[in-house]
Amino acid sequence: MTSDNRKVVLSVRDLDVTYLARRGRVQAVKNVSFDLHEGETLAFIGESGCGKSTLNLALIRTLPKTGKIDRGSVVYTPRDGKSIDVLSLSKRGMQRFLWSEMSMVFQGALNSLNPVIRIADMIYDTAAAHGMSRRDAERTIHELFEKVRLDGQRVFRSYPHELSGGMRQRVLLATALMLRPQIVIMDEPTTAVDILTQRSILDSLKTLRAEMNFSIIFISHDLAVAAEIADRIATMYAGEIVEMGPVEEVFYRPRHAYTLSLLDAAPHLSTADEELESIPGSPPDLIEPPPGCKFHPRCRFATETCATIPPPFVAVPDHADHGVACYESETVLATKRKFSRA
Amino acid sequence: MTLLELRNVHRTFEKDKQTIPVLQDINLSIDTNEVICLVGESGCGKTTTGKIIAGLLNQTSGEVLIDGRPREAYKGSEAKALRRAFQIVHQDPFASLNPAHTVEQVLRFPLRRHHMVKDRNALRRRIWELLTMVDLTPPGDLVNKYPHQLSGGQRQRVSIARTLTVMPRLIVADEAVSMVDVSIRIGILKMLRRLRSELGMSIVFITHDLALAKYFAWDGRIAVMYLGRIVEIGRTPDVIMNPAHPYTRALLAAVPEADPDVTRRKKPMPLRSDEIPRLTAIPHGCAFHPRCPFFVEGVCDTHVPELGQAPGHPQQVACTPLVRDGALRPLETV
Repeated sequence: MTSDNRKVVLSVRDLDVTYLARRGRVQAVKNVSFDLHEGETLAFIGESGCGKSTLNLALIRTLPKTGKIDRGSVVYTPRDGKSIDVLSLSKRGMQRFLWSEMSMVFQGALNSLNPVIRIADMIYDTAAAHGMSRRDAERTIHELFEKVRLDGQRVFRSYPHELSGGMRQRVLLATALMLRPQIVIMDEPTTAVDILTQRSILDSLKTLRAEMNFSIIFISHDLAVAAEIADRIATMYAGEIVEMGPVEEVFYRPRHAYTLSLLDAAPHLSTADEELESIPGSPPDLIEPPPGCKFHPRCRFATETCATIPPPFVAVPDHADHGVACYESETVLATKRKFSRA
Repeated sequence: MTLLELRNVHRTFEKDKQTIPVLQDINLSIDTNEVICLVGESGCGKTTTGKIIAGLLNQTSGEVLIDGRPREAYKGSEAKALRRAFQIVHQDPFASLNPAHTVEQVLRFPLRRHHMVKDRNALRRRIWELLTMVDLTPPGDLVNKYPHQLSGGQRQRVSIARTLTVMPRLIVADEAVSMVDVSIRIGILKMLRRLRSELGMSIVFITHDLALAKYFAWDGRIAVMYLGRIVEIGRTPDVIMNPAHPYTRALLAAVPEADPDVTRRKKPMPLRSDEIPRLTAIPHGCAFHPRCPFFVEGVCDTHVPELGQAPGHPQQVACTPLVRDGALRPLETV
């Protein structure tokens, strides 16, 4: 599926985010550019500290005090077509923008819900802040509760602690969709829940996505969940997008050494006795990152060029929708082909 | 050779004047040098089982036999030796290492306390040897570091080295790599497998991640737990590739896979209910029956199923229709 001719709802260009630490500036997100299309799910994968959560906080402008957007632009195109520069919205403008145009579902639902107010009051508050009547809010949320397989009557009157983790996560999902936003950002939405609950949340999410056609920015360290839910994958390493392309391309024909390493480290249930490889070393220091390609000290294909000149992010020949920042992308692809069992 | 055996082990906890049955009728034997995985969702009792195996928790009733003798029968120095023989590695390496102790101290205390070394030179040699065993090399770079100066993976390796100070016969690894990054995880698992074969230890690996359990225990066994009972147990390839219990089937059908085609082609198994019952209100009969799509009225809601064999499955499974009648009823098409 090529998503190129669909409308772009979010366009991010050259985004840099740094945190101020005692030792110096932490380059958490660097030079990140991507387009999110209407109805598309784009999954960011990578390990802790790769910048995927910082990127998400920057998009909704809720970085901690020490964090700062140094450079770049985030342009959102609403349904009526007039583009909005998200980074220059006023505080009030941002409040209106969140939930109605772009909403979010975080990991660990207990932290995202106010423990001392009932779900109903949270729904009413959210609605009131965006000029939606109580009656409309109730009707919409009950429809959504039904779609995420919640007992609406019970949940509506409950306090967060009276619900199970899976139920709370579904409440968040329904609330995030109440004002019909075009984009939902999901940061590890199923990481803290059990297998069968995860399955039911993923299924609800897929149904809702098909019905309501919203776009998703999906952030996960779990390759399996990304493989199931994403149309496109962006691999992040040390704050940068190092590879981005359609899900089948990235999983079956990876071009970046780091993507390949991640795939080689993921166990599969359906493969009998399998060989897995871990990645040597540990993620780089983001205050003084290594020169050249930041992955080179851990990379089995690294050459002298990799260690000195940062590789540019370029389109793969004949695959305009697949980009990669790796000098050895052909070797990576050949290695994948050689060892794939398919 | 059987190292440890749990016989009809029950465990309850008291909370708000209620008795919560966390483990019911657990029967499990572990051989020397065996690897066994306990899998299941939160609240299934896998950690409680692990703690009883490690000797950190007593059973409420039933027996724990070690080398054929009940644990309670070991006294004095024998009981101390038993304490050393069973060790546990916890999930969170940030919480399980004292932040004020260097790596050298973490390893020195148990070596001294249990008289594992004769003198200073032997102590130093042993610490070097332990760090090398867990692939923390060169040891000289690490001995004087504090936990906050180490990565999560390195910390977990130090925790493992600490358990090895007392030369255990069995290690319980409770979600030991859950908090470690994907790229580092496999390295730690490979190291544990190597240590198991080099040192002849047994490993009880507790995880909620089925793919990881399959990878780690491919040459061992898997026990699937649900609401305090073992519902299926057998050789890993049998349980994972040809599951028998409806709960195991549901889990395997539900897990996403790191392969777009495979994961999108997976056939889901619709359950009758999404909610896990509370431990204070465990359903009668088979605890899984309110959610099981193969539920047979008058059988599953009245009989507590016992582990037995089902046709076509070498493993043990606790499902009355499968074991008694030899088959599950066909799924109704919804």
